[in-house]
Amino acid sequence: MAVRAKHQRLVLLGIALVALIGAGLLATWALRSQASYFYVPADMAANPPESDRAVRLGGMVERGSMKNAPDGVTVNFIVSDGKARIPVRFAGIRPALFVEGSGVVAEGKLGRDGIFVADNLLAKHDEKYVPREMKDMQQARKAIENTK
Amino acid sequence: MHGFANPARFLRIARWATPLCLLLGLVLAAWALVWGVFFAPADALQGDTVRIVYLHVPTAWLGMGGWSAIAIASFTEIVWRHPLAGIAARAVALPGAVFTALCLITGSIWGRPAWGTWWVWDGRLTSMLVLLFLYFGYMALDAAARGSQQAGQGQSRITAIFGLVGAVNIPVIHYSVTWWNSLHQPPSITMGKSAMAADFLVPLLIATVGFSLIFGGIVMARMRTILADEQAEARLRRKAMRAQAPAVGEAW
Repeated sequence: MAVRAKHQRLVLLGIALVALIGAGLLATWALRSQASYFYVPADMAANPPESDRAVRLGGMVERGSMKNAPDGVTVNFIVSDGKARIPVRFAGIRPALFVEGSGVVAEGKLGRDGIFVADNLLAKHDEKYVPREMKDMQQARKAIENTK
Repeated sequence: MHGFANPARFLRIARWATPLCLLLGLVLAAWALVWGVFFAPADALQGDTVRIVYLHVPTAWLGMGGWSAIAIASFTEIVWRHPLAGIAARAVALPGAVFTALCLITGSIWGRPAWGTWWVWDGRLTSMLVLLFLYFGYMALDAAARGSQQAGQGQSRITAIFGLVGAVNIPVIHYSVTWWNSLHQPPSITMGKSAMAADFLVPLLIATVGFSLIFGGIVMARMRTILADEQAEARLRRKAMRAQAPAVGEAW
C-alpha cells in the first residue's frame, strides 16, 4: 500500500516535470529572437531597423578598420560577423577593452546612409583567458615562423 | 535510501563533518584567493581585472548549485517523504541566496572595467537576477508556511513544489549565453575542455572546491540548528502534556 502511494507520487511528479520542461523549452523557443541582446551584422543587413529606432549591434571590430577622426573623439570602424559588415561611427569615451579584432556591442541607430551611429560602446570579450607572458611567447613564436 | 533518512545518523556524521568542511573550505578558499590575487598571471586582454574571477565563478556555481540541491531535495521529499530532505532544502535557501547576490555583485564590479557598464539586461544577467528573486520567494513562502503549520520541520508541500518549478531557471541561466546573443561571454570551462589557460584554471578549481566545502559546512550547521529546534519544541510539547495530565486523571 505504502509502496503503491510512493509509486503514484513518483509517476505523477515525473509527468509534471516533463510538462514543466516542455513549457520551459516552449517559452525559451518563443523568446529566442526577442531575448537576444543585440543584432548581428547579418541580421541588420537583411532586415534593417527603422532609422529612428534605438537598437544594439554586436560583432567583431574588423582588423584595420578603426580610423580616428581629426576631431580627436570620433572613431569610425566596421563591425563584422563574417557574413556582413556594418560601418559604425562613435564619438565619446571608449571602453578600455575596445580594440580591433575584439568583440563590441554598439548602442545607437542605423542611419539612412547605412552608417550605424552609436551613442554608447560596450566591450565584449570572449571566453578565452591567456596569461600575458604566454601571449607574448605565442606572438614571438609566430613571428619567428613567419620569418622562416 | 532510508538509511540516510535517519536524523540521528545524520547528526552523528554532521557533528564532525561540519567543522571539517568549514575548516578545510576556509583553508582552500584562502589559499586559492591569495594565489589568484598575488601570484597568478594577469590576463593578456583584461590585465589584473581578471583576478575577480576567483570569486565570481565559485559564487555563481554555488548560487546555481544551491537551487539544484533545493530541487533534488524537494523531489525526494515529495516522492519518498524523506524527513531530512525538506530540512536540507530549507537549510540551503539562505546561503544560496547570499552566494547568488555575491555573484551578481562581483559580476557588476567586473563588468564596469571589462565591458564598460555596471549592468545590462542581457540573458545571463537577467536570468541570474531572477534566481536571486526566486530564492527570496522561496524563503518568504517557507516562512509563511511555517507560521501556519506547527508540525514538522520539513518544508510544506507548496514550498517543495515551488523549489521544483524554480529549477526551470537553472538550465536557462546556463544556456542563456548560447541560445541568445548576450554581452556575457560563453562558458570558458565545458565538459572536458577549457578555454582558460592552466595558470588561471588551477587556482579557480581550488577556489571552487574551497567555497563548495564552506557552503556544505554552512548547510550542515543550519540543518543541525533546525533539528535541534525541532527537538526543543517536541520536549516543550511533552512537558505541556505532562502538566495537563494530572487534571485529566482527577476527573476520572
